[in-house]
Amino acid sequence: MIPTNLILVLVVLTNLKLLGSSRIGSSIRVVAAQGVVLGLLPILAHVHDLSLRFTLLAVGTIAIKGIVFPWFLFRAVREADVAREIEPYVGYVTSLLSGVVILAISFWMCQRLPMPETLASSWLAPVAIFSIFAGLFLIVSRKRALSQVLGFLVLENGVYTFGVGLAPQTPLLVEAGVLLDVFVAVFVMGITIFHINREFDHINTDQLNTLKD
Amino acid sequence: MNAAPFIPLLLALALSPLLLGIINRTKALFAGRRGQPFLQTYFDLWKLLQKGAVYSRTTTWIFRAGPMLGLAAVLMAAALVPFGNCPALIAFPADFILFAGLFGLTRFFTVIAALDTGSSFEGMGASREVFFSALAEPALLVALATLARQAQSLSLSTILGQVSGGHWLQAGPVLALVLIALMIVLLAENSRIPVDDPNTHLELTMIHEVMVLDHGGPDFAFILYGAALKLWVLAAFVVGLIVPATGAPWLNVVLSVGGMFAIAVIVGVVESVMARLRLLIVPQLLVGAGALAAMAFLLGLNK
Repeated sequence: MIPTNLILVLVVLTNLKLLGSSRIGSSIRVVAAQGVVLGLLPILAHVHDLSLRFTLLAVGTIAIKGIVFPWFLFRAVREADVAREIEPYVGYVTSLLSGVVILAISFWMCQRLPMPETLASSWLAPVAIFSIFAGLFLIVSRKRALSQVLGFLVLENGVYTFGVGLAPQTPLLVEAGVLLDVFVAVFVMGITIFHINREFDHINTDQLNTLKD
Repeated sequence: MNAAPFIPLLLALALSPLLLGIINRTKALFAGRRGQPFLQTYFDLWKLLQKGAVYSRTTTWIFRAGPMLGLAAVLMAAALVPFGNCPALIAFPADFILFAGLFGLTRFFTVIAALDTGSSFEGMGASREVFFSALAEPALLVALATLARQAQSLSLSTILGQVSGGHWLQAGPVLALVLIALMIVLLAENSRIPVDDPNTHLELTMIHEVMVLDHGGPDFAFILYGAALKLWVLAAFVVGLIVPATGAPWLNVVLSVGGMFAIAVIVGVVESVMARLRLLIVPQLLVGAGALAAMAFLLGLNK
């Protein structure tokens, strides 16, 4: 119970840090750390009935989210020559306060929703929903395509958190499929960022609507 | 008559200037200097009390009353905080709101005394002080509310008396978040380094120090003593959360005094290894502390 809660608190903290952080490099590192922490979740949440399945899931998650994604994103930063400063539409302090409001809404929502009895911790569902909303918030409130990819990863981490809580009921194939989807998505986004940058000399998505032939 | 409720207040009155000495010694150690004697703050206070005060003709009674009222408010706050499992001198339900309010009162008197001098420079410091404390205060109040919720009690004496090993096992993450938020509030309220530099006399950067420039003699001694007491009171809060209650009352008090000195050392280390944050970044830090406290509150509500 306690290790699971500790991980969930770390997930909330990393999300808040992402909302208040101004540097792309540190944001990528925070998302990587969140991936590693979440990789440990299936092992700790099901410590009494630990099976090969959960171990594989943990190892796969840590490898992809903790090592492959950061490597890939840092490569995109380097090759696309992305400026280190994130340019937000919504300021950092406002983002942070919005994060707290989102957290409160998530807790409120989860008290209304009927929850399965088998959830590993009572904080699991609210934290998962918080991650999803925080990811969405990052996607809509940041200008750079790369920060939006990070928002997408946070969103997926939320889905994953919820999935791990329900893991005894969901087959490994589904989890592996989700992981693969995300991998392909980040891969495609990385390439797109690179190409957008080469065509237009920047990756500010708010200027894409001025495209003309 | 039972003497236990007087112990926290007497300890605070006697030992609080020592904390400043320990902080300065720690900083000196890091810088490779010998540093001032531990008792330097006592000497300073004694020296200032011997002097007379000089008042500008533009000031009114507000300027003279400010330091006294400020010190009185902090003394009142010191009477509310329990220490080492000794109950506080004054305890009643919801006294933690008075506790936070008294800090606001101290600040209010320092600020209007600074404004009373008519110096634009002091007005600038006052404006910064009020801005930062407006952000630090919600963090303090929400952190206190979280603790009250965890201990199922509204009085500081029972809150700090009850939070102990059992709570840490049960709700460790919540208490840890509250602790971090309180540490940041402690640094901000006492104008310590990530927020304000107590040593600087560079006009553009200082916050608290600029407001008290025009006070001299006994008035400045009151302000200095008030600042030391404020540090002691907030540190007593953090220590009350960490130090476990043992059976023997004297052991509790000794352990807690040790904890206070440890916090002074930590503040000294923070000041030695960190640079002061830019003024623009400080609100982010304080809002971050508020966010941590709010998060702890929400997590504590939904156990």
